Amino acid sequence: MQVNRRQFFKICSGGMAGTTLAALGFSPSEALADVRAYKLLRAREVRNTCPYCSVGCGILMYSRSDESGNVKESIFHIEGDPDHPVSRGALCPKGAGLVGFVHSKDRLRYPEVREAGSKEWKRISWEEALERIARHIKEDRDANFVETNANGVTVNRFTTTGMFACTASTNEVGYLTQKFVRSLGMVSVDHVARI
Amino acid sequence: MTNHWVDIKNANLIVVMGGNAAEAHPVGFRWAIDAKINNKAKILVVDPRFTRSAAVADEHVRLRPGTDITFLNGVLNYLISNDKYQQEYVREYTNASFLVRDDFDFNDGLFSGWDESKKQYDKSSWNYQFDEDGYARRDPTLMHPRCVWNLLKKHVSRYTPEMVEQICGTPQADFLKACEMFAETAAPDKTMTSLYALGWTEHTVGAQNIRTMAIIQLILGNIGMPGGGINALRGHSNVQGLTDIGVMATALPGYLGLPNERHVDLQTYLNMSTPKMTGRGQVNYWGNYPKFFISLLKSFYGDKATPENEFGYHWLPKFQQMVDAMRFIEMTENGEINGFLVQGYNVVACMPNKHKSIRALSKLKFLVVIDPVASETANFWQNHDEFNDVKPEEIQTEVFNLPSSLFAEEDGSITNSGRWVQWHWEGAPPPGEGKTDSAIIAEIMMKIRELYEKEGGRLPEQILNMAWDYSKKKHPSSEEIIKEVNGKALADLYDGNGTLILKKGQQVSSFAQLRADGSTACGCWIYAGCWTEAGNQMARRDTADPSGLGNMPGWAWAWPVNRRILYNRASMDRNGKPWDPKRQLLHWDGAKWTGYDVPDFTAAPPGSEVNPFIMQQEGVGRLFALDKMAEGPFSEHYEPMESPIGTNPLHPNVVTSPTVRLFQRDAAELGNTEKFPYVGTTYRLTEHFHTLTKASELNAMTQPEAFAEISETLAAKLAIKSGDMIKVTSARGFVKVKAVVTKRVKQLMVNGQPTEVVGLPIHWGFKGATRKGFLTNVLTPSIGDSNTQTPEFKAFLVNVERVS
Repeated sequence: MQVNRRQFFKICSGGMAGTTLAALGFSPSEALADVRAYKLLRAREVRNTCPYCSVGCGILMYSRSDESGNVKESIFHIEGDPDHPVSRGALCPKGAGLVGFVHSKDRLRYPEVREAGSKEWKRISWEEALERIARHIKEDRDANFVETNANGVTVNRFTTTGMFACTASTNEVGYLTQKFVRSLGMVSVDHVARI
Repeated sequence: MTNHWVDIKNANLIVVMGGNAAEAHPVGFRWAIDAKINNKAKILVVDPRFTRSAAVADEHVRLRPGTDITFLNGVLNYLISNDKYQQEYVREYTNASFLVRDDFDFNDGLFSGWDESKKQYDKSSWNYQFDEDGYARRDPTLMHPRCVWNLLKKHVSRYTPEMVEQICGTPQADFLKACEMFAETAAPDKTMTSLYALGWTEHTVGAQNIRTMAIIQLILGNIGMPGGGINALRGHSNVQGLTDIGVMATALPGYLGLPNERHVDLQTYLNMSTPKMTGRGQVNYWGNYPKFFISLLKSFYGDKATPENEFGYHWLPKFQQMVDAMRFIEMTENGEINGFLVQGYNVVACMPNKHKSIRALSKLKFLVVIDPVASETANFWQNHDEFNDVKPEEIQTEVFNLPSSLFAEEDGSITNSGRWVQWHWEGAPPPGEGKTDSAIIAEIMMKIRELYEKEGGRLPEQILNMAWDYSKKKHPSSEEIIKEVNGKALADLYDGNGTLILKKGQQVSSFAQLRADGSTACGCWIYAGCWTEAGNQMARRDTADPSGLGNMPGWAWAWPVNRRILYNRASMDRNGKPWDPKRQLLHWDGAKWTGYDVPDFTAAPPGSEVNPFIMQQEGVGRLFALDKMAEGPFSEHYEPMESPIGTNPLHPNVVTSPTVRLFQRDAAELGNTEKFPYVGTTYRLTEHFHTLTKASELNAMTQPEAFAEISETLAAKLAIKSGDMIKVTSARGFVKVKAVVTKRVKQLMVNGQPTEVVGLPIHWGFKGATRKGFLTNVLTPSIGDSNTQTPEFKAFLVNVERVS
């Protein structure tokens, strides 16, 4: 019989309730209705990879999904994936705190701007943020783009705006970033590998 | 890693040097413990500090930070002079027998070709002697005075145990004990694995540290072997992947190069980038460069890339000089940069010389930070007293903070240190109005396109012709992107016999299917095979281990072509007999090589002249690096830029690396032993990840406050007790931290003088859930390795005082 993790929990919770409570004189069907099921039963289980060091430990994330749709899904528990051939369910002290990172009080929640010379952040809409950023980049590129060098060689580069990428990003974000920077002619580009 | 995490269990000796795997990669390090328990392996730790790795080692040997090359060249000297190397491997599989040009030389700290006025090398003498057909000359007897083996022997002969003790501060008896452990693995059926990390890379001679160990591993016959290899333990979860994808100043995906000004057209670029074969009958796999590059251009520019327009070659920028992170900060401080986009990179915390970073960011017109959490970088303009002593009203930079997702809130793949590309799934949306990183990039991109479409501007076709064929242009899915990276056939593809291999539109299954005529597209050739017609290979979860060697070929997918151990042909002799029958990976089945791993070889039969290192022009491992390294073809000890002894006992006229790039402003911020008598070195703790986990309360609780480790001798001299507040100062600035007086760091006798090491973890700052602290990188110098421009975080000079 093939039993996945979730079915396993169901069997365990049902089975335990059935035997203990039936022994006390309750009928199994009533007992099953009364016993509170494990929290994980109502969770969505999703596989992921720890974002810290490069061992690539497998993790299982549990989020509560409200099927009515008016509550945002939230991850409440993260643990090691016992099937993972490198980590075999283990997590180190860094990885063991992952759920704290997901729910960090320092998470950013909306776009902000700090105007020149200001002492504070100001909340803005995505639309305003994107428009201002795109305008800045275009102005700088149009003012400083280099089509040819002194020897007349076509170089098509833009050096005065740069970008640093992140090494917790996925390969997909990396590739999109590569296309983004080269499509602007950007050459001042780096990522965290050097440090 | 040439090998991978589970493979560590096959080692007989695990050398942890230039890293602290038990602390920084604890779960991966369990495989070292597995080797110790089940394979009777020994662990040797060579480190200035008694680390958590040292605590479980069979031997811990101390050395002064920044002297690894001296130690390792000393090991080489020991192995060669005591005949402790794998002779057949050295003769057949390395360039030991190759003859080097007569004008190659090394004298008083400098290799031949040094130009003092230009401060650079003419590397033309760093090459082989060639015959009339253009192939390198060899002497398989290793007797010729100009063969690599004899030149190497002479080069390392200066690194005697006495010299090691004088420079490294390692007592000779300890050093010789380590040498004996290395020597045991010269037996063909014994392997050593080398586990290193930032402890080697973060020096002005970082790349040469690693090369020296690579030479040792080659002469011991440990490359290509299960339980062997050179294993870089990457610092971050996807450093490997982002490097593979080439998001760097002068790189393109798959270790292809971004064109520079000398590459005036496509043909010139391809001619200069494609290496010529230099060994008769060899493979020279990089000879396929044009196939990989044209397929990339087809991926970038789609139908707009045609033979007539050189496949869109001129839409790629051509660089003049490498603008790596440190040069970028220098240029920004010079006022040469106006805008800066930062994606999850805490520049202020991570770059050396924090005050320089702050001065640079203050010169920007605009800064865009894309991050899941509040970082010191986005908030660099805020005053936090002495932790960040700035005046906001004087900083005219416009700063945007864009909330992004983190790992748990997106689908996609990341590549671990062992090159395993693993797929993961989104568990919940980001909080508030947060968006995924790909959506943020795509939305900025689409906004810029709109502006160019509406208003025109400079070279709009560079922007508008970049293929963006995603079903949701503002939110490309990870599936669509990685399928593009994998590559596909753009026409029906036939092999040499006229058999159809792939139909138009089908995903390629290997880079061997790529073409240079524009009939294939591939975003990163080494990732070809990750998403084939059979689906997402990165999501595979078969834990079967048919060889018992831990290769797990059905779990996720490893680049290239699901190969788990690189150079695996070298695990057998020329006739295909494994060096160790217990670790046989491959065998010849009469028509091809097959077995427990994907062969890193062609279909050349046993006994052929084809050498196993097929990516090299001559097919062998290089003890002599030709012109590939900045400092020279052999490694040489040069002092850290801030040296506690102020001289180089090997050659007092050349103290530090002659090829180091030193900006004037940074040169003025170098210190000496008069004011800064102690050696500072930075490192990480197991409870924290860089400056990221201080945002997590759970991690903040476990290591809440900054500290520094000092020895009992230094503590006694300065009347410091554990728990006292101390001020650690360098020529760049100061930090105040709690003192931890410990036996873990000890005074060393270097060049006849007592030398103290001060240990400085890096995890605190003026943001986050920990106690507010100084960023440790206030102290570090903005100077890097000549090859990689990785900053010298591991060896610099500081002073220590007790704060009343």
